[in-house]
Amino acid sequence: MIMRDSPAIEAIDLTKVYGQGNTEVVAMRNASMTVRHGEVVALLGPSGSGKSTFLTAVGLINPPTSGQIHIGGHFVLDGSHARTNLTAFRRRHVGFVFQKSNLIPFLNARENVQIALELNDASPRAARRRALELLDNLGVQDRSEHLPTMLSGGQQQRVAVARALANQPSILLADEPTAALDSVTGRQVMELFARVAHEHGTGVIVVTHDQRALSVFDTIYEMEDGVLSRQLKETVV
Amino acid sequence: MNLALKDIQHNLGRFVLTTIGVGMLLMVVMGMAGIYRGVVEDATLLIDRIGADLWIVQHDTRGPFAEVSRVPTSLVHRARAVPGVTDSREFVYHTIQREREGKPFRLAVLGLSWPDDKGNWIPLVAGRPLAQNHFEMIADVSLGVRLGERLTLGKETYRVVGITRNMIGSGGDGIAFFTAADAEAIQFDASGEAVRLERSARTNRGLRSELVTKQPALIEQASKPSGELPAIARLQISAVMVRVAHGTSAAQVATTISGWSDVSVHTREEQAEFLLKGSVDKARRQLGLFRVLLTLIAAIIMALILYTLTLEKIHSIALLQLIGARKPVILGLILQQALLLGFGGYAIAYLLGQQMFPLFPRRVIVTGDDLLQLAVIVLAISVASSILGIWKALLVQPNEALG
Ligand SMILES: Nc1ncnc2c1ncn2[C@@H]1O[C@H](COP(=O)(O)OP(=O)(O)O)[C@@H](O)[C@H]1O
Ligand SMILES: [Mg+2]
Repeated sequence: MIMRDSPAIEAIDLTKVYGQGNTEVVAMRNASMTVRHGEVVALLGPSGSGKSTFLTAVGLINPPTSGQIHIGGHFVLDGSHARTNLTAFRRRHVGFVFQKSNLIPFLNARENVQIALELNDASPRAARRRALELLDNLGVQDRSEHLPTMLSGGQQQRVAVARALANQPSILLADEPTAALDSVTGRQVMELFARVAHEHGTGVIVVTHDQRALSVFDTIYEMEDGVLSRQLKETVV
Repeated sequence: MNLALKDIQHNLGRFVLTTIGVGMLLMVVMGMAGIYRGVVEDATLLIDRIGADLWIVQHDTRGPFAEVSRVPTSLVHRARAVPGVTDSREFVYHTIQREREGKPFRLAVLGLSWPDDKGNWIPLVAGRPLAQNHFEMIADVSLGVRLGERLTLGKETYRVVGITRNMIGSGGDGIAFFTAADAEAIQFDASGEAVRLERSARTNRGLRSELVTKQPALIEQASKPSGELPAIARLQISAVMVRVAHGTSAAQVATTISGWSDVSVHTREEQAEFLLKGSVDKARRQLGLFRVLLTLIAAIIMALILYTLTLEKIHSIALLQLIGARKPVILGLILQQALLLGFGGYAIAYLLGQQMFPLFPRRVIVTGDDLLQLAVIVLAISVASSILGIWKALLVQPNEALG
């Protein structure tokens, strides 16, 4: 169970070292962040600064070398040591959206959402109904039977968001979700994140380069050379 | 939602083509087993239908179906005198190749001992058994002759009066039934010139012999047909078929006859055994080897296509893992596709085989046992061929979905 009084995400002193010896790269150094339920966080920073490393660590697909991760009050990761079944936990509590190719190419829009629900033991019938609801909610219901290749970039991202939200996760992680979109569509997708965060109490972290859409975020972090720091929203926007 | 089916739907053309390819390979594998069964069936069918309890053959030979056997005609009468024997007949069997309508025409010639045997035991699909002691024949349908057709073999013309089905010699040629005398005439057909030369050679030998000096009239005998000459050996037959009386053991009669040092005797079972262990066994091993090779090829093709399908799905597999798919979901995806490919191919093989096998020149008998065996083989190669893809899929990490 997710406890709403504890933070959605609490990342403490995350450090990630890739490789060893000569090829050693410290991609992230003592990064800490707390995200409340319903809070929308932007993560800025130049390319190669460690943003994706941080996001995938929090998303439990790329464990840090050291540090702790709590999600919804659960202590799930201590360094690289899992304190719970990460696949199961991810399925239940974490939603992802990436820059592109978020969707399974051989499933249509509805099925892409539906599969996330079915993997979480929903009956095909209920999953189908909920998938259509989600697509409707995100404004792509008329595209529900189209394969991903038949959708525009913005529509694909909306379907990806629908899938990420399918199991009502406690956190939603997006890595440059609007980089492949035009600015208008990009802004719409960003507003979508803000909306779901506020409607569902989801903790959202969005990695972005897009300075123009920052007004939708509650909090802004910046990463530079693996070091994470909180920014004052007024100074950035 | 079945991911395996969805993916196949997406790659339908390629999957269907591969399945058809695998299906055709499996059809050949199925056919190989069927051809072997057909060979065995044809071989034993003839021996069973003829229904002789014992076969008396040339000493130390394995009978007329396995090798050349020659015994004198008089053996028929010797055999009949053995206690327990109710019936003995001459058996003439040999294979000839002639030409018919410009194409090679092979037939196994089987002589029936007229008038005891008119071929009433032969299952006819058309026409009648032999009704006269010369110039009639019963032919297997595989020889491609028509009822009423006249065929010239040697110096004589024979009319097809009956048609059989599935009467095939051990060499795979259709059998034609004649009276024993006709069968011999076909076998020992000599040209007029050869006969003239033989008779003049005989006359020359006679003129030089002491016998003719004493009895000059004897020289006239030299130009008579050889069958009328007591000094010249009669034509020989292939074997003598013996039937034993009801209640008498064939083995007991065989023991008596095996005391004769000029011939050998075999039971019906032994005769069938010789066929199966001899020429048929070689065919079995050859077909078996081909089956193994084709099965391997089918497995390799399946493994390749499944591996390729998996490689194309790496990103999807990573995505699935990312959204929390358990390992069995991923394994099931690949394994189900392997099984669909395997059993889709199996179904195609079966359906295609049903259309194609009747067109084969030799009988193809697909038995339930063989179908079951092939199904097990298909199951095994489906699982084996998916291992490569599964291994690749298990190495996929969820963060590969980020690309
Ligand atoms: N799998 C990896 N192995 C080695 N080095 C990596 C790997 N992933 C990322 N890095 C390195 O870590 C640093 C941070 O990368 P990343 O987190 O992808 O940055 P960003 O997302 O901000 O562009 C970079 O120097 C990158 O080269
Ligand atoms: Mg990145």
